[in-house]
Amino acid sequence: MSDIHAQDVAFVRDSMIPESPPPQRQAGVVKWLRENLFSGPVNTVLTILGLLIIWYLVSHFWDWFAHSVWNAESLAQCREIIAATWGEGARGACWAVIRERWHQYMFGFYPPALYFRPVMAFGFLMVALAPVLFSESLRIRRYVLIVTAIATLALMLLLKAPAGWLAFATAVFAAALWLAERQVARLLVFSALYPLLGVWLLWGGSLWGPIMVLGAIGLGWLAWRLLVGLSPLVAMIAGVAVTVGLLMFLVGPAADDAESLLSLSIIPVASDQFGGFLLSITIGVAGIALSLPLGIILALARRSDMFLVHTLAVVFIEFIRGVPLISLLFVASLLLNYFLPPGTNFDIILRVIIMVTLFAAAYMAEVIRGGLAALPRGQYEAADALGLDYWKAQRLIILPQALKISIPGIVSTFIGMFKDTTLVVFVGLFDPLKGISDFVRANFAWKGIYWEPFIFVGAIFFIICFSMSRYSMYLERRLRREHR
Amino acid sequence: MVDISAQPGTSFRLSMLLYDRRYRSMTIQVIVFILVMAAGWWLVDNTIRNLQALGKDFNFGFLFQRAGYDIPSPPIPYNSDDTHLRAAIVGLLNTVIVSFLGCIAATILGIAVGVARLSNNWLFARLMTVYVEMFRNIPLLLWILIVYAIFTEVLPPPNAYRGENPAASMILFDNVALTNRYTAIPTLGLTNDPGHLDLGYRITVDWATIAFAVVLIGGWFIRKAVLNWAQRVQDATGDRPVTWWINLGIMLVPSLLLIWYFGLHLIPPELKGFNFVGGLNVQNGFVALWLALTLYTGAFIAEIVRGGILAVSKGQTEAAYALGLRPNKTMKLVILPQALRVIIPPLISQYLNLTKNSSLAIAVGYMDLRGTLGGTTLNQTGRELEAILLMMLIYLALSLLISGGMNIYNSRVKLKER
Repeated sequence: MSDIHAQDVAFVRDSMIPESPPPQRQAGVVKWLRENLFSGPVNTVLTILGLLIIWYLVSHFWDWFAHSVWNAESLAQCREIIAATWGEGARGACWAVIRERWHQYMFGFYPPALYFRPVMAFGFLMVALAPVLFSESLRIRRYVLIVTAIATLALMLLLKAPAGWLAFATAVFAAALWLAERQVARLLVFSALYPLLGVWLLWGGSLWGPIMVLGAIGLGWLAWRLLVGLSPLVAMIAGVAVTVGLLMFLVGPAADDAESLLSLSIIPVASDQFGGFLLSITIGVAGIALSLPLGIILALARRSDMFLVHTLAVVFIEFIRGVPLISLLFVASLLLNYFLPPGTNFDIILRVIIMVTLFAAAYMAEVIRGGLAALPRGQYEAADALGLDYWKAQRLIILPQALKISIPGIVSTFIGMFKDTTLVVFVGLFDPLKGISDFVRANFAWKGIYWEPFIFVGAIFFIICFSMSRYSMYLERRLRREHR
Repeated sequence: MVDISAQPGTSFRLSMLLYDRRYRSMTIQVIVFILVMAAGWWLVDNTIRNLQALGKDFNFGFLFQRAGYDIPSPPIPYNSDDTHLRAAIVGLLNTVIVSFLGCIAATILGIAVGVARLSNNWLFARLMTVYVEMFRNIPLLLWILIVYAIFTEVLPPPNAYRGENPAASMILFDNVALTNRYTAIPTLGLTNDPGHLDLGYRITVDWATIAFAVVLIGGWFIRKAVLNWAQRVQDATGDRPVTWWINLGIMLVPSLLLIWYFGLHLIPPELKGFNFVGGLNVQNGFVALWLALTLYTGAFIAEIVRGGILAVSKGQTEAAYALGLRPNKTMKLVILPQALRVIIPPLISQYLNLTKNSSLAIAVGYMDLRGTLGGTTLNQTGRELEAILLMMLIYLALSLLISGGMNIYNSRVKLKER
């Protein structure tokens, strides 16, 4: 190449002509349209088909949306207003049902005077989640906390919460913001305590119950701490035994005694008053929080060398994955009475949470097993070479990587489980989709209203599930360690 | 080097059960075994005592009692005088039918949408994305209820098709009538009916169906033989004989002959009085369930297909082109075999999900296994324990059957490594 010189060739440019714009058809909108919509006969047909679909949808539903009525007391009145405003025969959406019954879609049959309690519980949920979900970004954490605090306090004001509770919530939010700015690890203590606080706020009753449960867990931890020098296995068994024993036999009477000494009680709310999105989110959050650790344990058990542990895990996982969730819910509502000691009767929401958790945990175990299998063998060998014992190796080396690989699967299991909370309607609970909608339609004023509740409930489910999937994408980006 | 953990001469001490890795796993397993046995014993003992307290026993005799309830349009002959067992079988068949049809339709829809999402067409790809996200993020129960509500609330009643100037008209060349009670579709009729084969238990199979099945399966085997022959010729001579017309003939000609011989024709539904007769009136519960399951699972399959195709690197296509393969051969020989490897395992679990989700038939009144055995039978006999356990076992068997069958297929398409 290098022996070709300018003087050898017939023509060499010695001056540049000014740049000219690309031809009209190769620039701007025209080019984009040609490349993306009309690049060939098939593409053109598809574009026209797409436009037809959009036109069909808009032409059929636009007038329905445009003729929305928000102020009415019954479907008949809605129709009168629509007929009066847009002429006889016009169709229109009657959103008045949402305006009139939104509280039932949100809270079910929770006492209206106590609506602020679930609101506060979910506000605190965001506080408990913020250090876990957004552990690396101070900016996002601050943003989430401020928005949550403002929204929760505003809603509590609107719902006429007592001043004491308002002050309590304000204090919690202020402390959380302060901690989130300085020592975010301290905020994790709040996250650990949140389950008890949330249960107390939602169901009410005596604060001594959660305190005693905390005490039982604390004593179990103490037993573990004292024996861990002797043998980790013995210590673990002792810790679990102490906690479970205390929970089963001592916590209830102790809480009652303490309550009679000093009453720390708020108005109790029974489980059958739960409904709507309050119920769905309660079951969903509890199931998510419980199914992840259970799923990890099941996945590890399934990969264990111990024959018995492995077999039990396989049987459990395959059984749960082989039957529909509905049948498990029926077990919870009909058969648990047979399996438990005579006379036992415990809360239906708790039973449903247990079943939903078991169901999600089996799926979770398979997702995590995939992540564990995807780790290169060298990681296990390296952990062994460092002299780490089984649990240390899992905790420090194997699980962080395996869980990172399985994030998309874990989050889609969460989404699936949250969507499945609608199935509780078949065991007599009031889910927002069918339970509450059927209840609303049972009233003569709203008989025959279908589309508006479906759209309202569907939109809320969409927002929650879609944000979960977007969050999983964010998490994947954040945890990506390879430099690209 | 001294092996510390196995010093010769050290006698066994009790503490080695906890500290020695050789014995510790044994200890853990024994503890687990005792715990599991204790838990199992506790559950069984509780169940026995509870049953005693209720004055019940554990037996499946109720399956042979008279059911006493009707099932609309059963796939095998059934009436209310039959046993609960037969009702359960009808329910199981209904479950299998809706799951099978749902799997086929969802696969077709999912592949189409998955490919469409990858298309260069900006508008169409966006539309398909909207479809996939809508269906993946909203509960299936909502879609079932919406589709069912469309059928029952929006569609006209059968008598709207009546009269000189009907309010509604049939679609697809007067072959299908959508009404708010059922969907009337044409059935197949034979002018030269050879009768049917009686299998006992009032289950019959038409001879015509058997003939078609034999012809199609036979044709498929002959087609394989022809392909083998073509391969042998190609290996020997380097020239591949043209086989597509032979294969087409093998599959089509005998079928066409059978159609001509039996006089197979469509019988469209006709309005007689208040209802459509002649054709097949499919209950709306079934259509709504099938459609919702298809649309919902189709969205998931679309994502699987898209992921599978994206997983095959672009270099594979380019290498195939460099070898001189044409685009359709590239797709068939290079891309698809590799994409299938990624697609099949999650596809299996979607099929399983669809089958299990078909138990939501309860929301639209379609009598599937849950509606018969786990529904009306349970309520009539009051045998919760037996009915639910049996129902779970059947679902479990169905799931294992599907995953077993699909795993065989998976092991055939997966990458063969050394």
